[in-house]
Amino acid sequence: MKNETQEFKWVGKRPIRPDGVDKVTGRAKFGADMHLPGMLIGRVLRSPHAHARIRSIDTTKAASLPGVKAVVTGSDFPPPPPPVWQAAGEVPVNFRDLARNVMARDKALYDGHAVAAVAATSAAIAEEAIDLIEVDYEVLPHVIDVKAAMKPDAPLLHDDLFTDGVSPKPDKPSNIAKRMEFAVGDIEAGFSKADVVIEREFTTKPVHQGYIEPHACVVDSSEDGRLFIHCSSQGQFMVRQFCARVLDVEISKVTVVPAEIGGGFGGKTTVYLEPTAGLLSRITGRPVKMVMSRTEVFRASGPTSGGATKIKIGATKDGTITAAQATLAYQAGAFPGSPIGPGCMCAFAPYNIQNVNVVGHDVVVNRPKVAAYRAPGAPISEFGVECVIDEIAEKLSIDPIALREKNAARQGTKAYYGPTFGPIGFVETLEAAKQHPHYSAPLGENQGRGVASGFWFNIGGDSSASVHINEDGTATVIEGNPDIGGSRASLAQMAAEVLGIDYDKIRITVADTSSVGYNFLTGGSRVTFASGKAVIEAANGAISELCARAAKLWEIDADAVEWVDGEARPAGDNAGDFEPMPLSTIAGASGKTGGPISGHASLNVKGAGPGFGTHICDVEVDQETGRVSVIRYTAVQDVGRAIHPGYVEGQLQGGVAQGVGWALNEEYIYDKDGRLDNPGFLDYRVPVASDLPMIDTVLVEVPNPNHPYGVRGVGEVPIIPPMAAVANAISDALGVRLKDLPMSPPKVLASLSNGGSRTPS
Amino acid sequence: MPRQHVTTEVNGEPQDFLCEPQETLLDVLRDELHLTGTKEGCSSGDCGACSIMVDGRLVCACLMFGVEAQGKTIETIEGMAEGDKLHPLQTKFLEEAALQCGFCTPGFLVAAKALLERNSDPTETEVRYWLAGNLCRCTGYDKIVRAVMDVAAETRET
Amino acid sequence: MDYKAPNSIDEAVKLLAEAKGAARVLAGGTDLLVQIRAGLAKPPLVVDVKNIPELRKISTDSDGIHIGAAVSGAELGEHDEVKAAWPGVVEATELIGSTQIQGRASLGGNLCNASPAADTVPALVAAGAICIIAGPDGQREAAVEHVATGPGQTTLKNGEFVTEFRLPKKLPRSADAYLRFIPRTEMDIAVVGAGVYLTLDEKGVCQQARVALGAVAPTVLLVGDGSKAIVGSSLDDAALDRLKAAASAACNPIDDKRGTVEFRVSVAGVLAKRAALIAKQRAEVN
Repeated sequence: MKNETQEFKWVGKRPIRPDGVDKVTGRAKFGADMHLPGMLIGRVLRSPHAHARIRSIDTTKAASLPGVKAVVTGSDFPPPPPPVWQAAGEVPVNFRDLARNVMARDKALYDGHAVAAVAATSAAIAEEAIDLIEVDYEVLPHVIDVKAAMKPDAPLLHDDLFTDGVSPKPDKPSNIAKRMEFAVGDIEAGFSKADVVIEREFTTKPVHQGYIEPHACVVDSSEDGRLFIHCSSQGQFMVRQFCARVLDVEISKVTVVPAEIGGGFGGKTTVYLEPTAGLLSRITGRPVKMVMSRTEVFRASGPTSGGATKIKIGATKDGTITAAQATLAYQAGAFPGSPIGPGCMCAFAPYNIQNVNVVGHDVVVNRPKVAAYRAPGAPISEFGVECVIDEIAEKLSIDPIALREKNAARQGTKAYYGPTFGPIGFVETLEAAKQHPHYSAPLGENQGRGVASGFWFNIGGDSSASVHINEDGTATVIEGNPDIGGSRASLAQMAAEVLGIDYDKIRITVADTSSVGYNFLTGGSRVTFASGKAVIEAANGAISELCARAAKLWEIDADAVEWVDGEARPAGDNAGDFEPMPLSTIAGASGKTGGPISGHASLNVKGAGPGFGTHICDVEVDQETGRVSVIRYTAVQDVGRAIHPGYVEGQLQGGVAQGVGWALNEEYIYDKDGRLDNPGFLDYRVPVASDLPMIDTVLVEVPNPNHPYGVRGVGEVPIIPPMAAVANAISDALGVRLKDLPMSPPKVLASLSNGGSRTPS
Repeated sequence: MPRQHVTTEVNGEPQDFLCEPQETLLDVLRDELHLTGTKEGCSSGDCGACSIMVDGRLVCACLMFGVEAQGKTIETIEGMAEGDKLHPLQTKFLEEAALQCGFCTPGFLVAAKALLERNSDPTETEVRYWLAGNLCRCTGYDKIVRAVMDVAAETRET
Repeated sequence: MDYKAPNSIDEAVKLLAEAKGAARVLAGGTDLLVQIRAGLAKPPLVVDVKNIPELRKISTDSDGIHIGAAVSGAELGEHDEVKAAWPGVVEATELIGSTQIQGRASLGGNLCNASPAADTVPALVAAGAICIIAGPDGQREAAVEHVATGPGQTTLKNGEFVTEFRLPKKLPRSADAYLRFIPRTEMDIAVVGAGVYLTLDEKGVCQQARVALGAVAPTVLLVGDGSKAIVGSSLDDAALDRLKAAASAACNPIDDKRGTVEFRVSVAGVLAKRAALIAKQRAEVN
């Protein structure tokens, strides 16, 4: 572990998080914990068919059940807005599709697609009413698999969807929503220079974010058309905008109060229930609470794409990669918008390669519309790339870390998707991995070791914050990002550092949409970076004012005062003329010097520092059952600067656990009728405590020059390397290269009987 | 079906309530008694977010009818701290960042407390298997397991 | 739904026999509540048998061990006598679900839920356990393997329910073992389960054996060819290979989300072999 920095008082320390006590005592209020007087309970009727035309819906029986206060279907919603794409998190959104995903209109496009909803005086009545709604479906042929969906004769989900990005513009509709290409150099010339060329095909299954808290909201509509939304999400401003668009109301009429959020990982960067609850509340004039069951979470929210990828890499004998090519197809779910863009851009980004060609396809299938999931798109493409790199290293008898080091992107490398990297720490992660005792520890029988790296951009974006100096010398920080993993702590630490007061003098609040300026959502590993900059700037604004007030009391010029260690000091010609004045004194006198002291910032933050990580994984394989156990794991990552190292390590450890689940057991399983066969935690197998070893972390700190403390995003990189690290470790143990996720026991066992060597390589 | 009258003790206080027979104890705790610290993550006994103690046994509140609580002693997360004094597990989870979103945390704390009351010196493997019914999607379990073992070690020393 | 919690077996039989529609017995509830929640079961009446003292008791006498059908897994696991005599049965019970599930789940529920993948059933069948069934016509006994007839189906008649399990008195140089395969280390339903009970003579030759498999057919299988494969042997490699082959041959599984036919057939043999080895090691020191 990196030595914790001594130069700061709060940055780099591990204080107790401000919301901690509430979260260990049961006091914290999550999405489903809100009760309002007169509250109704809403429930959703969901399509049992993968693909069906909705001929008619008869709600009369349901509506006449005593206790039922409203029943709605797609026709009760305003017409969907036009299909204009806009940035909305890490994957773009168009509100026509969003509206149709919230409530089906003419067609149900996946098992679990909402087709109607009720509000009733109790959950039991609402559930009974759901059973009384009669839907006349015309069941249509469906398509689940991404490759099958790309075939010319595949069942079409949308007859108005024409492949974007090809010329000439196609005249026939297709399930391929978009084709994109990124190319530099001369790909064929690159391969012709190579001594070894390896081309492999990989598949990955859709996996769910798996947050433990199901989606939940309470919406209260007022007689004058205002909406008060209390819900768990990754962004109250996102919920405000999405609900305003789907329900066609002005943004100023919508107030969203962020509940505590019980995990998101990208899956709560959109809305599912809130517009419906809003409509039901508007009709009934009463608050409506809606909470998804776990089954609904799996059937109707998230997951991320499954993908089919083909990766081809060529290298010379000395390990120089001369060319790299990828063809990617990502499932978008029922509406266009898979994370194919980032998948294309990240695939080879860790490496400095002169000749690159990446082609990506965004493909609709009869599954729930995908949502962002931790570095959306990157794990799918980088999995294949990191496996092929490992195979090239094996073929050339070069250490896999050394091969990566030889080709690693460095400061000044121009990435094939556009930018030239500033200071980045990829090489440093490789060095740290190589030096780590794990990398040279002996392995036992049936054990193997794998290495893989990962890249993610990280993002900045819009953030606002306020810092209020209270009259007793404490400070209130107002910010607008739901705290998903300790960001109140990291923001408060930076505020304490800037203001020069103790961390426990700061109270930080995640405000509702009416109480703080706009904030882009919690995602893209942006909060500590971008909202951190807003908090720092707001704190600096407060400091300017504090200095001005001190100057007033001293009767000197404001710019002749400097702020050091939480107190105003006369500077320049006046240096030493007055005793330093602490923040509490200035705050206490604020009524006499000009009133309340605050600082505000509303920023568009640029300059997020790209993140790189390198992981080492040891596995042990039971050759008779195909069971793979992860027995040791080390995650190394360039984190820029760890503001609260405890929560930074936690991001790495959590990402690894999700990646190991993705690698070994997690998958969406559909039956022949296109129904999800494992919509629960029993058969959608996320790792449990006994499945994992301790996850060792190494925090490499190559500061991001675009942040006062050097912060880079850290949350997403750690989910990228594990799938390949596990696959490469299995290969090391068994001599078998598995290319299809998850590498579940039946697949491992089958690979052994299909020609894999049973003697470790 | 008429609501049934159930008499229990919750967190040391007598507590009676009315509930329909098909309501789970989790429904009763959250919706009737407003003890929302006990969380609903799956309602099928697979996530452990609703872990509570009933007559000294660790159970999932979602897998028990409210009416089954007749005459039983129930302990929830809301009863874990004594006044303003946090339980050592609560303190250690905070000190060691053993939570991220905090949603699974009440269930983990209740389950870990039950473990330490039975076994003051659990191995890492014992901790992991005891807690296998509590899903955490944020932490990768590392810091949770360490916190539980650290509390066990500190309790043995004192 | 109505709920009753009788205090005696007779009262429970009466409630069940007189119920209109399919009343359900509630012990630990870890299957029943999930089924009700998912809408798979809509019983008009639930009869909670946990207040019947006989169903919560563990006792031993000259015949062997009596285990009340509603005894929880946690209670069984804390019973040193049962653990010493029938470690395989106890291990199988403790494999059901999480610690939380252990606080509730019972042998009676695991058997009568009639899942082919129930963990305790192969262990109980291998052990030669019988169950006591109370009903309107009085009490009857049945071998455990004769209770379930298919997924969710049992031979229990209207008004009948299982009150007790009896494990035979353990013989010298005898032991049982149970293993199951799941993709994770915990929290899954068995993809394959294998229970083995065997008796060795003083030279270590297997005198008798019972081999049972779970999750590889519509009901738990008692594999006669499995015992034939090892009886008379000292469980040498050849005998274990015969057992492995016999276990695999007995399987009649399905492909589903938990495993393929090929996988189940292959792993059933592996687990039978491994369980037999554990039972052998235990018998040698008994």
